[in-house]
Amino acid sequence: MQRIENLMKAKAIELLENGTVNRVLGWTAGDFYYDNTPAIFNSKEEIEKSFVYNSFCGANLSKYLVKERKNEGKILVFLKPCDTYSFNQLVKEHRVNKDNIYIVGIECQGHLSIEAIKAKGIDGVVGLEENGEEVTVKSIYGDKTVVRGEVMLEKCLSCKSKKHVAYDELIIVNEMPEADSMKRFSKVAELEAMTADERFAFWKSELSKCIRCNACRNVCPACTCTKCVFDNPESGVDAKANADKFEEKLFHIIRSFHVTGRCTDCGECSRVCPQNIPLHLINRKYIKDINEFYGEYQAGADTESKAPLTAFTTSDIEPGSNLKEGK
Amino acid sequence: MLKIELNKLNDLFAKISSSTDLILPVTVAGETNFAKYEDGAEVNLSVQTVKSAKDSFFPQAEDLMKFKTEGKKIDIIDVREKVESFVLFGVRACDYRSFEILDRVFLVDPIDTYYKAKREKGVIVTLACSRPEESCFCSAFGIDATNPLGDVTTYIADGFLYWNANTDKGNALTDAVKDLFAQADSNDEAKIDEQKKNTKEILSKLPYANVDLSGFTPDKLNELFNDAKWEELSEACLGCGSCTFVCPTCQCYDIKDFKTNDGVKRFRCWDSCMYADFTKMAHGNSRNFQLQRFRQRFMHKLVYYPSNNEGIYSCVGCGRCVKKCPISMNIAKVIKTIGGKNND
Repeated sequence: MQRIENLMKAKAIELLENGTVNRVLGWTAGDFYYDNTPAIFNSKEEIEKSFVYNSFCGANLSKYLVKERKNEGKILVFLKPCDTYSFNQLVKEHRVNKDNIYIVGIECQGHLSIEAIKAKGIDGVVGLEENGEEVTVKSIYGDKTVVRGEVMLEKCLSCKSKKHVAYDELIIVNEMPEADSMKRFSKVAELEAMTADERFAFWKSELSKCIRCNACRNVCPACTCTKCVFDNPESGVDAKANADKFEEKLFHIIRSFHVTGRCTDCGECSRVCPQNIPLHLINRKYIKDINEFYGEYQAGADTESKAPLTAFTTSDIEPGSNLKEGK
Repeated sequence: MLKIELNKLNDLFAKISSSTDLILPVTVAGETNFAKYEDGAEVNLSVQTVKSAKDSFFPQAEDLMKFKTEGKKIDIIDVREKVESFVLFGVRACDYRSFEILDRVFLVDPIDTYYKAKREKGVIVTLACSRPEESCFCSAFGIDATNPLGDVTTYIADGFLYWNANTDKGNALTDAVKDLFAQADSNDEAKIDEQKKNTKEILSKLPYANVDLSGFTPDKLNELFNDAKWEELSEACLGCGSCTFVCPTCQCYDIKDFKTNDGVKRFRCWDSCMYADFTKMAHGNSRNFQLQRFRQRFMHKLVYYPSNNEGIYSCVGCGRCVKKCPISMNIAKVIKTIGGKNND
């Protein structure tokens, strides 16, 4: 990872100094090894001081490009494979100006969850030594080796692709493990197999933890409305809290429907949820349905294709026919 | 001091909850939050709750009143129910301090009667910390995590829960449950002292234990307000409310009317200064950029509140925001960046 970080820093400095870009979007190091924050770097000095790339850079930087569109000049952004799908979707929706963005696609071995590491009883993390499937976590209390798959972010455990679908150049040193994009639907299939009552109980238990902090919405690259319906007093559904019991389901159902067909399954919603609600499963259910009803479709795979829910074809499924079949 | 074996705690909880509501950390769908004890509840006293304990006195959403209209006549209906006494169990020292901070907002003139009613009826049983997390920094605010106050203070050590009443309310609760307890002796007290000593040592070594707050003084208000560093600190902020909603001291709320089939309900709910419409008024919004909203949150906690409250900061160092911010930006980083000179 250190090698990739060094290559990224060198690339950033090169592109800044030769005038290709005037700023860089990456991650800045925090106080611990694992609390990196997305940041804009304007100079070689800033990059040398705090630019970081390690296995705690799960944050998807593509959404910040919407805000950056307002600024002059070209920006360099480092995107992991999954982030490039979000980028393409933003291009498709005319939310970012592709001409002012230089993408360096970066290697990703799957990013880690500090909560998952702490759940293994490891505190005071100060570094990592990564060897394929083995991760040695260095902490102030000593080293402990764990299996990478046990401490990865959920979104990385269900990685859909290790292919960059948009980039100007790539920094890949080590081979990335193959992703199986169909495997991620197994939990959805489990939920589908439940009875309606069981499924309702599952979601009621999960969604009742919601504190309406809007982190899922605000981090979501598909949620780029200037004014969200839930913030708009004119809408009649604006709310900062659940005024009635289990009203939070309304928020999540409306939000997930609104991003259906546009959600690339980047998994940021679940990563940021302070209550660890598996929100991605709602979106993933709709992705699975779209695949089954309209043929396989991956939002963000390209910038031109028509999306199944916004393009009518005569072979489209008849509304309600799935219900008759009892799905 | 009294003691009870940890494996008998459910008997204690059952006994308390047989006569009064008992609120304590309960795990539901993998996450631990303060909730009402019910038979079979998965009580978890070993982790920090996601949300703080403030809901018991200042719930996230709360009905204030109801209106019914008939022609030009408006009936205002008081929806306040008589608050019964309840026990809030397992409160850590940081959250306990937060009640004192909230009191200085809600219990000064004009007194918030909704808050006051619950505050008066709550019996607070605190629990000393023995395994602080690396995000904890209560000691920076002079809080002793090993020795929380409250109506009753409890300690968990060596397979026992130790129980020490501090107030009349605490004594009354103790009288109701003392059959379940045995008397602790000097050996037990030695064990607790040993634990306190060990915990204090861990606390002093935590990465944020010694953040220097000395730079935050009311006389530097303008200087701090105009600090150029706010820009980079707030740059990546998503404008979500995670930090405010897990925070034990955030106290801002919004009041809204909600049309029901049975008149209009007026309720209040937590608001977040991080939200774009937080200061929206008839004339517009006085804080149009995330930088301004972000700055407000920290200026309030570290400058405005202390200048109105004898220098007391409105942060207790619980570290929940440190753990939960989606982009890993938090008050500790703010303090280190623009606080005192001794922050490296």
